[in-house]
Amino acid sequence: MIQRTPYADAFTYAIMMLGFFLLLGPFLVVIAGASQTMQQVNTVPFSFLPQGEFMKNASAAWARADLRTAMTNSLIMAALVTAGKVALSACTAFAIVFFRTPLKHVFFWSVFITLMLPLEVRVVPTYAVAADLFQPVKSVLSLFGLDIKIEWNLLNSYAGLTLPLIATATGTFLYRQFFMTLPDELAEAARMDGSGSVRFFFDMLLPLSRTNMLALTTIMFVYGWNQYLWPLLMVTDPSYKTVMMSLRALLPSDNGIPDWNVTLAGSLIIMAPPVIVVAVLQRWFVRGLVSSEK
Amino acid sequence: MEKRAVFKSWWLPVLFALPQLVLILLFFYWPVAAVVNWAFTLEPPFGGAAEFVGFANFREALSDPFYWNSVVVSLIFATVGPFFCIFIGLTLALAVDRQLPGSGFFRFFYILPFAIAGPAAGMAFRFILSPERGLAASINALSPDLWNPAKYGSHALALVIIIFIWKWSGYTFIFLLAGLQSVPRALGEAAAMDGAGPIRRAIDVQVPLLAPTLFFLLVTMMTEGFVGADTFGIVHSVTGGGPNHGTEVMVYRIVDEAFQGLNYSGASAQSIILIGLIMLFTFIQFRFIEKRVHYK
Repeated sequence: MIQRTPYADAFTYAIMMLGFFLLLGPFLVVIAGASQTMQQVNTVPFSFLPQGEFMKNASAAWARADLRTAMTNSLIMAALVTAGKVALSACTAFAIVFFRTPLKHVFFWSVFITLMLPLEVRVVPTYAVAADLFQPVKSVLSLFGLDIKIEWNLLNSYAGLTLPLIATATGTFLYRQFFMTLPDELAEAARMDGSGSVRFFFDMLLPLSRTNMLALTTIMFVYGWNQYLWPLLMVTDPSYKTVMMSLRALLPSDNGIPDWNVTLAGSLIIMAPPVIVVAVLQRWFVRGLVSSEK
Repeated sequence: MEKRAVFKSWWLPVLFALPQLVLILLFFYWPVAAVVNWAFTLEPPFGGAAEFVGFANFREALSDPFYWNSVVVSLIFATVGPFFCIFIGLTLALAVDRQLPGSGFFRFFYILPFAIAGPAAGMAFRFILSPERGLAASINALSPDLWNPAKYGSHALALVIIIFIWKWSGYTFIFLLAGLQSVPRALGEAAAMDGAGPIRRAIDVQVPLLAPTLFFLLVTMMTEGFVGADTFGIVHSVTGGGPNHGTEVMVYRIVDEAFQGLNYSGASAQSIILIGLIMLFTFIQFRFIEKRVHYK
């Protein structure tokens, strides 16, 4: 506290309260609406008071959008994206930081450039690759007049849902920055004691990176859970659909019964996992966000 | 920065980097090359090899009034959205950074909207700001159709921008708060000594020192507004580009043209233009704004 400023303090609290209602208001509406009956939810003006109908609405939503399948798939997808990212980017960052090879700059820049172009602008050809994994190989071979007949289709599979999302740079930079802060003596000491690079990686670097892994895990879980466009293209088989795709099934039809209480209950279930992760692991989430972007 | 102590092996680093390199080659570099290739070629309607057509796909895209409409919509989306995100994030960060009792409570909640996916937030806002129910219906009680995003393109655009702002304000807040916390406390104390009150200190001491963070957020948020996953997700799930193309942002149009219109060449040409535009923006921002940003 620098000085006593009662008016400025009151103003500060007013701003913080305003921010609270603007940013949390939508959650409160969803929670209230999800626990009301259909009549209550359609009443104008809307009441912020929660009622007791949540379980009924939630089970209606659960059945309507087949949330059991969708939640399971999203969980698997988010877990695979997270695991793939945490593992692969540690390996790449290790190769970039701890080896003296001219290739490391090639590695660094080829990974760095992927930050520039998000999936949305290259989605069509990425889809084409996922539909036929050997298409690039075939195209190159066809330049030499060769023709191969193998085809490997990733549509409607967990590999197709996750692999293209793992192929970006975020985690690599998080690890790289952390590895750079480690003192040189660490690797020297390891070498002195006769440890090879692989052993150094598994026995020293990975245990030291635990905080980074946790930070990366939180942001990647949220990233994986919230994927929308890619699953929409990859999945045609309902048994592979994810939660973001089932949002549409929750929406009341234009001229049907406006049971928004069920829709809101379903949305609440879909929103819950990432919100819980961010709320419980907020310290790690913020750290991951700040250090992976800068 | 180079490390002094490193391991000497030429094949181990390759082995370690290989998995990720293969993935980005397959799912990043090849697709990007394909976008360039498709943008300059056209598949004949009755099959056969794609022909090189030069800039014809670009000419076709640029002569379409709906294309220019999407450019305007995207420009509005990617300037208005980031402006308010940064403004709200900055105001809240300045308030929380005063570290009054209870500000930790607010900080905890401000970050939560960022956990929500654009389409899920969109679903909630379709209810909250629906013309018939939720919170906005009271406005229409005054006079019908004062607010109707299902009917008016401008209202729909406002709706999708509001959703974007709601989600991303927490993100700018995190970065600005981190930036404020790295400003030395002594500066504020010195200013207070000279008689500057908290608001004067915020405007004249803290905000100028935040310039690098603000600049970083400006670039990030505008890119996010143009090509971000949420931009597409919100528009696709809330308005579907309508009504009457009123919310058709550039990414939405590209995906729609490719997968609904099956016009890969046209979509690729538009992708190239969008990529160029992003690069131009980043360049302008670095070239002209960074000069006025002082670090340290």
